[in-house]
Amino acid sequence: MPGSKSSWAVKIVAVLVKDLRAEYRTRYAVNAIFLFALTTLAAVSFSLGAGGIPGHYLAVLFWIILFFSALSGLAQSFVKEAETGTAVSLKLNAADDAVFFGKWLFNLILLLGLECFLVPLFLVLLNADVARWPLFLGVVLLGSLGMVSATTLIAAVIATAGVRGALFSVLALPILLPLLVPLVRVTEYCFLADSVAGSDELTVLAAYAVVATVVGWLLFPFVWRD
Amino acid sequence: MTKMSNADRRQEFSLQLEGVSRRFGPRIICADVSLSLQQGDCLAVVGPNGSGKSTFLKMLGGLLRPDSGTISYFNQGQTVRREHWFSYVSLVAPDLALYAELTARENLTFFNKIGGWGKSGDDLLTLIDDLGLGGRADDLVGTFSSGMKQRLKYAAALVKDPPLLLLDEPTSNFDEAGRAIFIKILNQCRSTGIVVIATNDAQEAEFAGQQVVMGG
Repeated sequence: MPGSKSSWAVKIVAVLVKDLRAEYRTRYAVNAIFLFALTTLAAVSFSLGAGGIPGHYLAVLFWIILFFSALSGLAQSFVKEAETGTAVSLKLNAADDAVFFGKWLFNLILLLGLECFLVPLFLVLLNADVARWPLFLGVVLLGSLGMVSATTLIAAVIATAGVRGALFSVLALPILLPLLVPLVRVTEYCFLADSVAGSDELTVLAAYAVVATVVGWLLFPFVWRD
Repeated sequence: MTKMSNADRRQEFSLQLEGVSRRFGPRIICADVSLSLQQGDCLAVVGPNGSGKSTFLKMLGGLLRPDSGTISYFNQGQTVRREHWFSYVSLVAPDLALYAELTARENLTFFNKIGGWGKSGDDLLTLIDDLGLGGRADDLVGTFSSGMKQRLKYAAALVKDPPLLLLDEPTSNFDEAGRAIFIKILNQCRSTGIVVIATNDAQEAEFAGQQVVMGG
């Protein structure tokens, strides 16, 4: 087909670089997710006080804060395109694959950046000790991949909708709930030195990330074009 | 797959509409429109405000589907799959925007890369100069006037040397120099491809050899 002088990877990177550059200049999504994470963490920390929080509750709090912080910002890359009228330019110039994976990478970088900020603060403010660091980092990475894959597609859906307000959270919750449950369970193991991590949950997390990415990629053209 | 040059791509391109109809609620935008456009054709879509000219252009560009009938792109006699239409069409329209937080050069570089059009940095700079934006290539588009944004929309549209150029209200926000640029681009593009203009300006409509009149 014509217009094939750039490879697939170059086109994806072009979308990613464009989004990173625009984000660097406007702080559109970064402000939303980092401020949400900070205020929620501060509220939780002041409410519960530091220390003595059971591992299960630490895991629940960690993922709730991360989940809702992510929801406040991960839709922005698509919603902004729709609101500013650039979505039409993108549709008329870019292949669907390049748009999906460019936005997917942008959201992943945004979420990993948030985690680099949130994890140390969470551990310090709630006086939490991670007993199994490799497992904890693996779970955070798998959780991020799953969350980003699902939310990238949902963001494309709501960007085409007329009423966007709470639609993202409403659509994301049932889709992300099967991810959140094993995430909380495995994260709980990470905080407890005397428990044994279940490989079943890790398999579920990895499978969710793969399935969500593939399904998102396959469904994206229908959401984006029709 | 055999790669074609941009010139080959334009010469071999044609567009066909068969019984195309579209309505918004009770309002009929177009009913049973059939036409065929080849290289060198220029079509004016005319009608009063709200008659559906922009909607018609969006259907031609693949941004909207007709309720009934078919729109087909042909390249070298082969039907082009809908997901590849974007490679053949450019649109300049009031509700299409460029990235305000990027510079003019960054916008064109982005469109060049994601389309894989293989233009060099110098080619893009020449395009910016040709559109009368020389010296503003590294300014953020958000700082541009509406006329300058309109000129940059033309530059973005021309990055891919489109076989099909769709122009919705093509001279809106243009001064006299801008109108001269529009005429130059129109003549250049219709000699090598197909141009469709949606307008309610009689002078602009006169540039076209064929007209489709949208209902009020």
